[in-house]
Amino acid sequence: MTKPKRSLTFYILAAIFGLFVLFLYGPMTAVVLLSLQGPEGSLTFPMRGFSFYWLVSVFGEQRIGEFVTPFLRSFALGLLVMALSVAFSVMAGLAFRRHFTGSRFIFYLTITSLIVPSILVSLGIGIAFNILGLNVQWYSSALGGHLTWTLPFAFLIMLGVFNRFNPTYEEAARDLGASDTQSFWQIVLPLIAPSLIGVAMLSFTLSYDEFNRTALISGENNTLPLEIFGMTTNVTSPALYAVGTVTTIVSFVVIAIALTAYNFFMRRQP
Amino acid sequence: MKTWKQLQTYLLVTPQTLVFLLFLLFPLLTIFVVSFWEFNGYAMSPALILGNYKAIFTPVYLATYLNTFKFTVIVWGLALAIAYPVAYFLAFHIHDLRWQIGLFVLCTIPFFTSNIIRMISWIPFLGREGILNQVLLNLGIVQAPVDIFLYSDFAVVLAMLHLYTLFMVVPIFNSLVRIDRDLIAAALDSGASGLQVFKEVVLPLSLPGIAIGSIFIVTLVMGEFTTVRLMSGGQASSVGSAIRNQIGSLQYPQASANAVILLLVTLAIVVGIMRTFDIRKEL
Repeated sequence: MTKPKRSLTFYILAAIFGLFVLFLYGPMTAVVLLSLQGPEGSLTFPMRGFSFYWLVSVFGEQRIGEFVTPFLRSFALGLLVMALSVAFSVMAGLAFRRHFTGSRFIFYLTITSLIVPSILVSLGIGIAFNILGLNVQWYSSALGGHLTWTLPFAFLIMLGVFNRFNPTYEEAARDLGASDTQSFWQIVLPLIAPSLIGVAMLSFTLSYDEFNRTALISGENNTLPLEIFGMTTNVTSPALYAVGTVTTIVSFVVIAIALTAYNFFMRRQP
Repeated sequence: MKTWKQLQTYLLVTPQTLVFLLFLLFPLLTIFVVSFWEFNGYAMSPALILGNYKAIFTPVYLATYLNTFKFTVIVWGLALAIAYPVAYFLAFHIHDLRWQIGLFVLCTIPFFTSNIIRMISWIPFLGREGILNQVLLNLGIVQAPVDIFLYSDFAVVLAMLHLYTLFMVVPIFNSLVRIDRDLIAAALDSGASGLQVFKEVVLPLSLPGIAIGSIFIVTLVMGEFTTVRLMSGGQASSVGSAIRNQIGSLQYPQASANAVILLLVTLAIVVGIMRTFDIRKEL
């Protein structure tokens, strides 16, 4: 195929695309730069000095609050949500390869979870726990709230994966005498592994950054986004930006690990 | 053997279904029931009253609903206007698959970072001493710093676009890359102009993508309370932020009635979009 000549349309659209990327990344860049100011720094440009003072201060005890514990809490919750989302969505994906009574109901229930305004999930779980006399905690109510957000994405991805899945490998394994369990662990799982990396990363980051569905139901121990939201009302130093920079770096590291793992598993595909 | 297979299917789908029954359906039913309860100033008690719903149909509340619709329509329109060219560029003007994936990932990465941080990141731009004010002062367009960039409806819309436009880009891109290129070649061969090809072939085939993106934007913006609160400095109101305030003062029955209406309105819009466009084949 010969390369079509680049038209005026191409350059106009390329400019719009460039502006869009700038729009996405520009503000974040400013936050990173401003978190690298000296101790006398403020919330706006120009930068006052250059140091790692504010970034280091994130890891210490300080008057605006402590971030290591909420971070560890969010990280643990993210891992839990990730493990459950991957396991549950793979199981449901396997089930949806067959037609069964009630599959439409479960499908629409999942879609509903995706499009119900987040505050309803938060409010509903909060009131339900209240009436049942249960304590809201990050590992119970907030975990449930997070799953209502991550599972629909995970499930829809798994549906797509199993739609494209070539069953001949599995049938071959079965013809050679493999049990269902054997053919799953030795044939199906290695084949869908790259997609699972994607599901895992998506679930973890969605949970790690989740705010709206957890706002009312994380109990007395805040997750990191809730802690940061609390900061926005009373912090006027670059410490705010430093926390933002550190959590964003964590997100980027997770994405990088996922991409590396994805490439690793893709290279082992038949 | 057949029954075991069936049982196996149901066992496999049980965990996910339980999650949605316990943490979605049951809470929604609870909201519905509590919306008829009474509130005596400090606690709620079971009842069957319509007072919470009647309270919604007052001018103050209706204004809040109108304001929420306003945000939804503005953000939807602008998100579509931004997302379509971006998706179109990726789908039709980037021919190298590696570049296409790379640029697509570039657009999606911010989606994996914290919404709160992304809101905060507008402060250095829009604040009283922010970049925008400095530029305007230096150009002599304004004489004194303008306060209303941050903490205004403008800031709310800007931040929502920043957060949600991607939800429009992805479905549109998805439907654009699936368009059979032979259709376009055929239209061009039959003498259609570029604009005609767009109007008669590309646009109709991308409508399902627009519909899915619109559903995302509508449901996200209709239930918004964080962005509205943070970016308007507590000045603007939306149904979500009203619910949030009522929860803050423990008025669960009133908050629930509001939530029921919000859900019904949102679902009505979603069903309307789904009826208008056949999105089934995109799923």
